[in-house]
Order: sequence, then structure tokens, then C-alpha cells
Amino acid sequence: MTEGFISRGFKGRPRGFDRALKERIPPGQFETDEFPVLSAGPTPRMPLERWDFSINGEITEDLKWTWNEFLKLPHETVTVDIHCVTKWSKLDTVWEGVSVDTLLSGINPESMPGVAYLIAFCDGGYTTNLPLADVRDGKAWIAYEYDGRPIAPEHGGPARLLVPHLYFWKSAKWIRGFKLFKEDRPGFWESAGYHNHGDPWNEQRYEGD
Amino acid sequence: MAQQLKWQLGTVVEIRQETPTVKSLILDLPNWTTHVAGQHVDVRLTADDGYQAQRSYSIASPPEDKYLILTVARIADGEVSPYLTDVLRVEDQVELRGPIGGYFVWNADDAQGGAASPLLLVAGGSGVAPLMAMIRHRANSNKKIPAKLLYSSRSYEEVIYREELDHLAANDISLRVMHTLTRQQPENWTGYRRRIDRAMLAEFAWHPSERPLAYTCGPTTLVETVANHLLELGYQPERIKTERFGPTGG
Repeated sequence: MTEGFISRGFKGRPRGFDRALKERIPPGQFETDEFPVLSAGPTPRMPLERWDFSINGEITEDLKWTWNEFLKLPHETVTVDIHCVTKWSKLDTVWEGVSVDTLLSGINPESMPGVAYLIAFCDGGYTTNLPLADVRDGKAWIAYEYDGRPIAPEHGGPARLLVPHLYFWKSAKWIRGFKLFKEDRPGFWESAGYHNHGDPWNEQRYEGD
Repeated sequence: MAQQLKWQLGTVVEIRQETPTVKSLILDLPNWTTHVAGQHVDVRLTADDGYQAQRSYSIASPPEDKYLILTVARIADGEVSPYLTDVLRVEDQVELRGPIGGYFVWNADDAQGGAASPLLLVAGGSGVAPLMAMIRHRANSNKKIPAKLLYSSRSYEEVIYREELDHLAANDISLRVMHTLTRQQPENWTGYRRRIDRAMLAEFAWHPSERPLAYTCGPTTLVETVANHLLELGYQPERIKTERFGPTGG
């Protein structure tokens, strides 16, 4: 979107800088070095001995990992840019976690016929919905380290979803599992005026964008 | 598919200097649809070469007002806020879209018949803006739902809406306003003189048995502290709503 009312006397930050960098910042976003915290309610505290990660819903057999089992899964280090709908983007963030492909690989496709969507569910009651296609093929992780350290509680620790190609509210904090569905259904922010899909490059911030 | 929130132009009808670094912009928006107290807007600025910057600002006015009020704290190295506080003048136009957000909201009329939940509002600095929309909305409603505001500022001069809050509280026994000044206090100051802590909340906030509804808005450290302490004091997690104003709000 390039139209817009010219604001008298508005210059903005100096431009003409690194074009490559500019191509990594989606429309309407600005880069920050900080890591702002956003959440709708109090930060939940879940002891690791009571934490587990489940996959259930419209699937014939549920899956579940305890914290220790989860840490033994193959994991990888990923360096990604993240984009929050509140306008900040943060480049080259480094996370350690388990690819969602790894978690789904144990499921026989015949045990989840027609399943095409998931709801990520979390401690504290937060939910967000995603098409399975958006979390497969190396596009999403369950991360438990940020910048070489356990993820801080206010940033979603012990574990959060990481789906960097969508606005960061899709990267659910304090995640505890996926519920699989044949039909799409909106999550927390998706029911409160935010876009159902949330692609920052198409500026899908709010319902109707 | 819902209708897209369209960009619209508002005209500045008045600018109020709230504190040395905070101004309220009073905007006339001919195409505004009503909002709920607590919601925000996105402001978009466009330079003459097409460069654009967007930021979110909470709405400080109640839904009943004719004009929309945005309260803007000037961030020294910010990109958008210094324009809004230093450059923008009465009769200028500014582009925005909204209202946005369906969770950090409060509507006096939603309170089902009988006793409505008392409100606890806890603010830090310019985080008071969305809570002020709630306080103003409450003042306009005939139901005088009991409400308390605990408001942390660095100094007396930096208290936003100070006179209006004094006036509202003086004329309404069911509204209590308590300030804490964390860095500098005037002589004879009788309010709190420290950052919000558990003892302060235990002393001032509603008892959880009254089933209060809590909203807290401010810098992340304040919001985290308040939400954690309220939980420990026995507030229900789903009745504590949080919103953050970080320095990156620029």
C-alpha cells in the first residue's frame, strides 16, 4: 500500500540506507533491537515436571511428550526475522527448538483424515489457529531457547511456538500442544478483530485486511 | 469477511499540553464508527517521497464524546511521536484507522443486572490513556460501578490528566484515585513514594472476594509486577487484562 495522505512536515528517519535490510522489513513495520513483551493477561508459571506437549483433536491416537522426552527430540538452531503486529520487527533472532515437522512425522496420515488446521493451546488459556500448511516443511518450531538461553517466562518460556513468516501473535507463548481439526476455527486474537491468517508481507493485521 | 478497517483523515481541533512531554490531540473524524473504552488506533504518517511510518495509540476519549482523543508521549529518539507532539498543529490532518482490539476493553453497559464487578485500574506513565477512556466512560454512565485507579508517575509534573482525575474523584464517592510518585515528590505529598509493589496493591486494591476486574497498562516491568502480585493476592487470571507501552512505541 503506497497511497496515503502526505503529512505536512513529516520526514521520518533518514533513508537510503541498506536496501537489503529494507527488503527484510514488511510494510508498516520498523526495526527494533529490543524485544518488547506483549500478552493479554498475566504470565503463567508452569513447573517443568508438570509440563507436557500434546497433539490431539481429530486424530485417532493422541501424542504426548514430557519435558524430558521433548528435549531428547531432534532439535535445531534457527535464525529468523520476527514481525509483531504492533509494528516492531526484530531481525536475526536465534532460537533452539523442535521442528513441527518432527512432531507431526510420527502421525500416520490415515489416522487424521481430512485434517488441515490446528489450534495451538497454551497455559493461561491463549489459543491461535493455523493451517497445517503454515507449520509444515520447515516453517515452524516449538522453541525452548532464545539467544542461547531458556526462553524467559514473559517471552513464552518454557516453550513457545515459532512461526516467523506470520505476525508474532501466531507464535503462541507458553504452548502446551496442538489440537487438530478438519475445519478452521478462530483463536484468541482472531476472534478479537485480528486477521485470521496474519501474513506481514501482505499486511494482514486486522479482520478484513 | 468483515469490512476492512479503512484509513481515514482526522482534523486536529485542539491540542492539550498534558505534561511537559505529553500532549493530547483532539481529532474530528467525520467517518468514525464508535469504539469501546480501551481500544486503540493505528496512525500512519506519509512523507512527500512516499515513505510511511505507523504506530499504535490508545484512545483516551470515551465512546460518548464527539471528538477522538489520542494522548501521545514524546519519545526523544522516536520517529512518529515527536512529529505528533512537535510538528502537528490545529487544523492539520492526520491519517488513522481503527478502532482496534477486542480484549483490553470495558463497557459499563456490559455489566449484567445486579452488582457489577468493581474495577481496578493500574497505570504506569502514558499507560493511563486507555484506562482514562474507561474512567471517562464510567463517569458518563448512570451506573456508578465502583472503581479504583492506582497510577504510577515519576513526578507530580508528569501526572497526565491530573486535574481531571482530581475533579472526578472529588465528585464521585465510588471512584478512588491513588497516585504514587516514584522519583520526585512535592512537599507535603501524602500519596505513595515508591514503585508499585505487593504491599501497595494489597492495601489499595479490591479484595479478590469482591470479584474485581483488573486492567493494567504501562511499561512491561510494571505490568508484569502488577499482574504477578494480583495473581498471588488471589485475583483470577482471566480477570486480569494487560496492555504494554514500551519505549519502542516511538
